[in-house]
Amino acid sequence: MSVSAAVEQAGNNTPLQILAPDGTVVNPELMPELSDEQLRDLMHKMVFTRVWDQRAISLNRQGRLGFYAPVAGQEASMIGSQSALAKEDFILPSYRDIPQMVWHGLPLYQAFLYSRGHIHGGQIPEDVNVLMPQIIIAAQCTQAAGVAMGFKLRNEKRVAITYFGDGATSQGDFYEGLNFAGVYKLPAIFVSQNNRYAISVPFEKQTAAESIAIKAVAAGIKGVQVDGMDVLAVYKATQEAKQRGINGEGPTLIEALTYRYGPHTMAGDDPTRYRTSEEQGEWEQRDPLIRFRKFLEGKGLWSEKDEEAVIEEAKQAVADAIKKADEYPKMKVSDLIDVMYETLPRGLEEQKAEYVEKESK
Amino acid sequence: MAQMTMVQAITDALRVELARDEKVLVFGEDVGVNGGVFRATDGLQKEFGEHRVFDTPLAESGIGGLAVGLSINGFRPVAEIQFFGFVFETFDAIASQAARMRYRSGGRYHSPITFRSPFGGGVKTPELHADSLEGLFLQTPGVKVVIPSNPYDAKGLLISSIRDNDPVIFLEHMKLYRSFRQEVPEGEYTIPLGKANVVREGTDVTIVTYGAMVHTSLKAAEEIEKMRGAKVEVIDLRTINPLDMDTVIESVKKTNRAIVVQEAQKSAGVAAEVMAQINERAILHLEAPVLRVTAPDTVYPFAQAEDIWLPDVQRVVDKLVQVLDF
Repeated sequence: MSVSAAVEQAGNNTPLQILAPDGTVVNPELMPELSDEQLRDLMHKMVFTRVWDQRAISLNRQGRLGFYAPVAGQEASMIGSQSALAKEDFILPSYRDIPQMVWHGLPLYQAFLYSRGHIHGGQIPEDVNVLMPQIIIAAQCTQAAGVAMGFKLRNEKRVAITYFGDGATSQGDFYEGLNFAGVYKLPAIFVSQNNRYAISVPFEKQTAAESIAIKAVAAGIKGVQVDGMDVLAVYKATQEAKQRGINGEGPTLIEALTYRYGPHTMAGDDPTRYRTSEEQGEWEQRDPLIRFRKFLEGKGLWSEKDEEAVIEEAKQAVADAIKKADEYPKMKVSDLIDVMYETLPRGLEEQKAEYVEKESK
Repeated sequence: MAQMTMVQAITDALRVELARDEKVLVFGEDVGVNGGVFRATDGLQKEFGEHRVFDTPLAESGIGGLAVGLSINGFRPVAEIQFFGFVFETFDAIASQAARMRYRSGGRYHSPITFRSPFGGGVKTPELHADSLEGLFLQTPGVKVVIPSNPYDAKGLLISSIRDNDPVIFLEHMKLYRSFRQEVPEGEYTIPLGKANVVREGTDVTIVTYGAMVHTSLKAAEEIEKMRGAKVEVIDLRTINPLDMDTVIESVKKTNRAIVVQEAQKSAGVAAEVMAQINERAILHLEAPVLRVTAPDTVYPFAQAEDIWLPDVQRVVDKLVQVLDF
């Protein structure tokens, strides 16, 4: 049974799920074909990301990181979807989607430089198919349609995938992106990570619709709601969406039901003002790492030793990346002026001279 | 009287107006339960109820359109744009709709909206949060633009903005939100829109400025007086659209020298307009060309470069020396 059939059968009310919170397989017929190595890789990425997130939060508190939007709780949504892509697929992330960028090839030290407000954080390596994180909510949705149209025009078997939150679905750009992608039958995947809060505003105040997935109906495209704490379900939904895209069957909207355990960003948000610890506790029961770990352990594919090895690897990788970020040359305003235009206008040349002098002191 | 930060003075002004006029509505992203990401609306939903102070869906264009609709239907919306860098999403509602409402209807309708929004550099935000975009609204006839430099002004100007019958963009510099406290009277008082404030009197050179740059300019004025005894007059514009050129011209006629200091990029902004009008109205009183201290014409920089990108005391001092020695 395909995902779409499963969702239709469930009347759009039961999100696609493969693993129950206790790690047992509830929908074996949906199980994606993954080798043992691939399954272990999903776990590796999730554990690594969790450790990195914890380190990033503590670095931020020490004043050593800068702007950071925590990701714990959303690992399955982020990594399950990114892992279903090929390297040539193109990611348009929001500011929380740094893990997908890194797993798609952005060096970790550049992610840290982005947080620190350094231009090199945005200088994506040539062979890495991602855009810089989007700050303007949902602006990436219409752009994803453009990237996908490019693939279609060139007959490339690639997809554009974009990430945004539940709040973003209130923006005009979200609807416009879905609509354009639907009209041109584009190979685009719209992943809404519904973590239930747009900063403080709960999903119920964001829309009167019963789900985000159902918003696909009006655009005439496929909509799928998935358990965003289940890495296999997210992988499966994304894999099918990609297949539809490159088969010329058009875009897919995936709503991944998830939760951010931490604050909106590290810049002073206090979640206790707008949600309860009971609610957070309930979501932590569905934790994507615990669930997948149990599943893998049941298959003899994961052990405490494996877990410890990844934790050590991640800590070391973060330490190395921070060191590299620390050592990266300081940014100058005169360099920033150079990247305003291909050729510097005369007026800016004069302004640059002032900064060159100032910055040479 | 109470000692207040600027953000507290803003909350206080909103409270005064919500209590005084039931047509006043406060809305935006996270302004309700959360009290705003800077706590500018802290406690207001609890005090005035969810029908007066409410969270909107995450849609700046929608917030703008909602405000326009409410305004032509008898309400006095105070809409928050969470960061002014997001105003491009609301631009259509402000520039194409609210600003033209009175004109298009020949006076039949008007849009008494106050768009409140944090902006301003020096606090290491991600991109599109700190940008000084006020110049865009100098080229938007039909709106007023207010930028307070301290808690006292913020309260009086915000009350005036809310009571004004035309759309007002009220910009709150993030760095000033909690940087100092000031005596702020309880209850209501107003400061007229379109009226500048001479914050330091002097006879030798005039600095025309607004927002956070008022403080930078005052420091530069002290420094140059220490350096060489020059007496600097500092004018806080308070409102940048409309500009109070009468106060500026009066000062320039006295000092015969002027510079304009703004945080925004150089071209086609407040400084350019002030310089043009001084040229039009007082050129024969000038002993030196009017110069400006501004940011360079680039995109607002990544956080690590903002301290050097933003105008600072030294650059203001250098410019003062230049006009004094001309």
